[in-house]
Amino acid sequence: MKHQSSWRLAGELLKGLRRYLFLGAFSVLCGTVLSYLIPLVSSFTIDYVIGGQAPSLPFFLESLAQSFADREMLAGNLAICAVVLVALTLLNGLFAFLRNRSIAQVSEGVAKTLRDKLYAHLQEVPYDYHKHASTGDLVQRCTSDVDMVRRFIGMQLLEIVRALTMVSVAAVFMFSIHPQMALISMSTFPFLCIISFVYYKKVRKYFAYSDEAEGELSTTLQENLTGVRVVRAFGQQKNEMAQFTEKNRAYKNITAKLNTMLGVYWGGTDGLIYLQIGISTLAGVYFAVTGNFSLGNVLVFTTYTDMLAWPVRQLGRILSDLGKAGVSLGRLGEILSAEPEKEPGQALTPEISGNIEFEHVCFGYDRYDDVLKDISFSVKAGQTIAILGSTGSGKTSLVQLMQRLYPCTSGKILIDGVNVNDIEHKHLRKNIGIVLQEPFLYSRTILENIRMAAPNASNDEVYEVAKAAAIHDVVQRFDLGYDTVVGERGVTLSGGQQQRVAIARTLMQNAPILIFDDSMSAVDTETDAAIRSALASIRGTCTTFIISHRITTLRESDHILVLENGRLVQQGTHEQLMAEDGMYRRIAEIQSMHKQSSQKGKGI
Amino acid sequence: MSNLHEQEFSEKIDMSLWKRLISYAWRSKGLVMFSVFSLICVALVDIAYPLFNKYAIDHFITLGTTDGLGWFFAAYVLAVAFQSIGVMCFVSGAGKLEMQISYDIRQDVFLKLQTLSFSFYDKTAVGYLMSRMISDVARLSEMIAWSLVDVLWALSFVIGCMAAMLSLNWQLALIALCVIPVLAVLCLYFQKKILKCQREVRKTNSRITGAFNEGIMGAMTTKTLVREQANLEDFQEITTTMRKVSIRSAVFSAVFMPIVMLLSSVGTALALYRGGQEVLLGLIGFGTLSAFLSYTTQLFDPIQQLARIFAEFQSAQAAAERVLSLLDTPLEITDTPEVEEVFGDSFHPKQENWPKLHGDVTFENVGFHYIPQEQILSNFNLHVPAGKSIALVGETGAGKSTIINLICRFYEPTSGRILIDGVDYRERSQLWLQRNLGYVLQAPHLFSGTIRDNIRYARKDASDAEVRRAAQMVHAEQFILEQEHGYDTEVGEGGIRLSTGQKQLISFARVILADPRIFVLDEATSSIDTQTEQLIQQAITTVLQRRTSFIVAHRLSTIRNADLILVIGDGGIVEQGTHEQLLEKKGAYYQLYSQQ
Repeated sequence: MKHQSSWRLAGELLKGLRRYLFLGAFSVLCGTVLSYLIPLVSSFTIDYVIGGQAPSLPFFLESLAQSFADREMLAGNLAICAVVLVALTLLNGLFAFLRNRSIAQVSEGVAKTLRDKLYAHLQEVPYDYHKHASTGDLVQRCTSDVDMVRRFIGMQLLEIVRALTMVSVAAVFMFSIHPQMALISMSTFPFLCIISFVYYKKVRKYFAYSDEAEGELSTTLQENLTGVRVVRAFGQQKNEMAQFTEKNRAYKNITAKLNTMLGVYWGGTDGLIYLQIGISTLAGVYFAVTGNFSLGNVLVFTTYTDMLAWPVRQLGRILSDLGKAGVSLGRLGEILSAEPEKEPGQALTPEISGNIEFEHVCFGYDRYDDVLKDISFSVKAGQTIAILGSTGSGKTSLVQLMQRLYPCTSGKILIDGVNVNDIEHKHLRKNIGIVLQEPFLYSRTILENIRMAAPNASNDEVYEVAKAAAIHDVVQRFDLGYDTVVGERGVTLSGGQQQRVAIARTLMQNAPILIFDDSMSAVDTETDAAIRSALASIRGTCTTFIISHRITTLRESDHILVLENGRLVQQGTHEQLMAEDGMYRRIAEIQSMHKQSSQKGKGI
Repeated sequence: MSNLHEQEFSEKIDMSLWKRLISYAWRSKGLVMFSVFSLICVALVDIAYPLFNKYAIDHFITLGTTDGLGWFFAAYVLAVAFQSIGVMCFVSGAGKLEMQISYDIRQDVFLKLQTLSFSFYDKTAVGYLMSRMISDVARLSEMIAWSLVDVLWALSFVIGCMAAMLSLNWQLALIALCVIPVLAVLCLYFQKKILKCQREVRKTNSRITGAFNEGIMGAMTTKTLVREQANLEDFQEITTTMRKVSIRSAVFSAVFMPIVMLLSSVGTALALYRGGQEVLLGLIGFGTLSAFLSYTTQLFDPIQQLARIFAEFQSAQAAAERVLSLLDTPLEITDTPEVEEVFGDSFHPKQENWPKLHGDVTFENVGFHYIPQEQILSNFNLHVPAGKSIALVGETGAGKSTIINLICRFYEPTSGRILIDGVDYRERSQLWLQRNLGYVLQAPHLFSGTIRDNIRYARKDASDAEVRRAAQMVHAEQFILEQEHGYDTEVGEGGIRLSTGQKQLISFARVILADPRIFVLDEATSSIDTQTEQLIQQAITTVLQRRTSFIVAHRLSTIRNADLILVIGDGGIVEQGTHEQLLEKKGAYYQLYSQQ
């Protein structure tokens, strides 16, 4: 089942690249034949031209060589033999070039297609998929597994062809010259192949151990470096050093052991190969002395044995790598088989003005545990709605349902009377701007980040939203201003600065519905207030949702929703909710406690 | 961040740099000798193989006898065994050497990193240090261990071959060898080109990894912004570049190999042509000719190796520079030899000599700047009696964190001095201060491991009961017990599985366990849900008791509870006093306060 899909994927990836693959295989074939012919030139020259013995070439070549020129003439012009040798090498080189060039086309082409497919697919899958998959694992697959497949095609696929052609061509040549000698010369090859196959299967485990140990080493290092202040503050350098030494030593030991295993393998198989060459020589000498086996033939056989042995040893390794590449392809296939986001309904693209209605909405990430239970409320276009609730009460899920990042499990959400399930998801998301709790900035310039949702916006428009989000002045203070690169490859912004850039980015979207998912949590109260007043003027007729813990923020809104354990426990205006005995008033009182007590202290 | 882009090819090889690195190899003299010796054995046997052939031809085939064939074969098998063992020894020896070198370099660098001052960490990204420590060191040790051996092998093989050829027939040898210089120059040229291409490939590859990372981490954002198509187009641009540079790199290699083959075949052809004529004239035997033919075919490999190694040294030079410059980074904060003599260093503390720290802190005409043009503090004076708590308030960038950094001795005053219990803290060891100091950061850092491990980080020998008591004191126990495995719950890398508020509670417990005399808190600005927030406030109150404390405060309640409030601005104290006093003044504090 799984194998079948891997094959299908492989077929798909090779689309349009098959001719390169065939050209590569053809070049390998020609190159292999040529690489056999080349040593024949020397032996022919030595035996026949110089030694005056009967030439001992395989069938057709013999007549070809003799019809080409007689011995006298060649002996007088040894240069001809030398030139033929060089010419054949040149031809061989040409095929080698063709082979490498075309296989690079194939392997790099496959890698590109795979990468593009994966990237596109990972953006198309529902968000829920990302929530459950680990980033590290996905990145690892998209990079290492792709590389595994690429390297296999680039370096090993044709090696199989080569090894097989070599063995069969050599077999034909050798058997036609001397069958017994041929058998003897290849007698240890099956063992060689099996040994290397088994060995590489076994040693793979140790490679994994070594990688793991290196991973631990680098994690230990990373933690020490990121926590350097804590390390120093508690004076724990000595313990840290001990811990690092332990990991460093573990990695050293396991890898040294791996190297020893490699050494035994290389040494052992080298020995076996040379032994085989020795046996060939021995048998060759014996046949030459006792029978009608020429000196040139002895040379040919030892050369062939030498030439064959290395690919045969390699073949065992390749076969074991073939398994690895198959596994990689299978894992990539797994990613690609994840269902992309679907349009559950009619995929309409209605004009959106911002009236929103929740009707008995329930939602759960899995079937048994509802995060939201029976939520109903309605909002008119242009209103501001605030949501309060403790961590895990379902606030974030509630606002994300509007963008259909998740589907409701029951009930429905209507926007201007249209069920969100019937609105095309891209249209829906373009019309709802959301600032996430922990916003993600792309590692590009601040300007590009803010312009993300509106690539054609002018600089002035960008400055305007940046001012509203109270980030303009901060950006101006950077050396490169709006051209400062943020994120992994650039300047690290503080949590509050990130949130403000994200707010500007969302404002740029110019959507009729705006959602702030606790997006000023890392901004100090003063800036928070400034942003909110700027927003009030800029957002105009937008329907706005604000999730916040700050009562000062909540009280300004038209309507407040209070969530507790997934239920809508209270809703109304600030005044209404303060009049009720409930969670809202409780929290409001806690928060104003300090303020009140300090006012007393002030004596006002 | 300029550190992140890759270096240029160095044309000159800086020998002093490599000498220092090679001295790392020399620390394991035994391993070096062992590997080199086994490699020389291997090379000798490699050179002997054609001679075996020659012997077989000249003695058995030409003479038409099998006498002594048994002895011949026995000798051959012995040589094979010799070589086989040689290869085993060499591969495992060089492998061990490689690991030993990287182990030693990493130990040295890590030790250095534990003593470097914060001025270094403030300027250097963790990612930069990681790549130096992991990939650069791996690359360098691999190069030194294997190249050292490879160079020796290739050199001995080339020299051995040439010697064998020259001794067999020097005229023929000269003719056959005339392609070698051309080959060497060409190899060097191509190897360099290829390495350059490969670097381009690696660079593009890391961009792809970055893009995948971003695409996956930002999946949600991409969806909410409807950026799928645009992102894919950007991504395809990178993969197209990747295909282009990879193919270009492959083409270089694809051209290179045939050229090497061709040149070496010219050598063989010359040997065949000249040697053949000489055989015809009866000047040399068949055996000599065949030995020449195999030498000329085998010689090109080691020559290519030498060229490759040379090119690699050129390209790795920058990595070597970066690693060594880490080791050479000057320490800005050190204990004087006299201090170390009495109190010990960070790794060998002489705790028996440590005086008790009471917590009386005095700033005496302290001035400070990170860069000379920008004075942050000047003539700063402050006396804090043991046990008092000080709240630092003021605008961002006013110098609050600087004061904290100075108290912790993460930086030292550029003028004036800081006295602890009446003694300049530079007359005590760094570790003495650190062990008596508790520090909670704005974004608390936890290490991967369990909650228990993290609390115990402050004092490794604390009992479970002590850990629990610390957690209880800062009201962290309730949430800890709610976790799946209680105290044994794994917090994840950097504490990722806990919320910021929870991380903060744990870091308070950690401080309680350390029981420091001086406590420093950089209060978080972010709002946390109200219940957790209350717990944190209570925890702070607990921690402050009986300790001299410095708090960069954002919350009114924290500020109000302090014994003294300092309003920091323009390089010093703008106002100081208690909450009530400062409000009366209607100055800077009053303004800050009314904005809350």
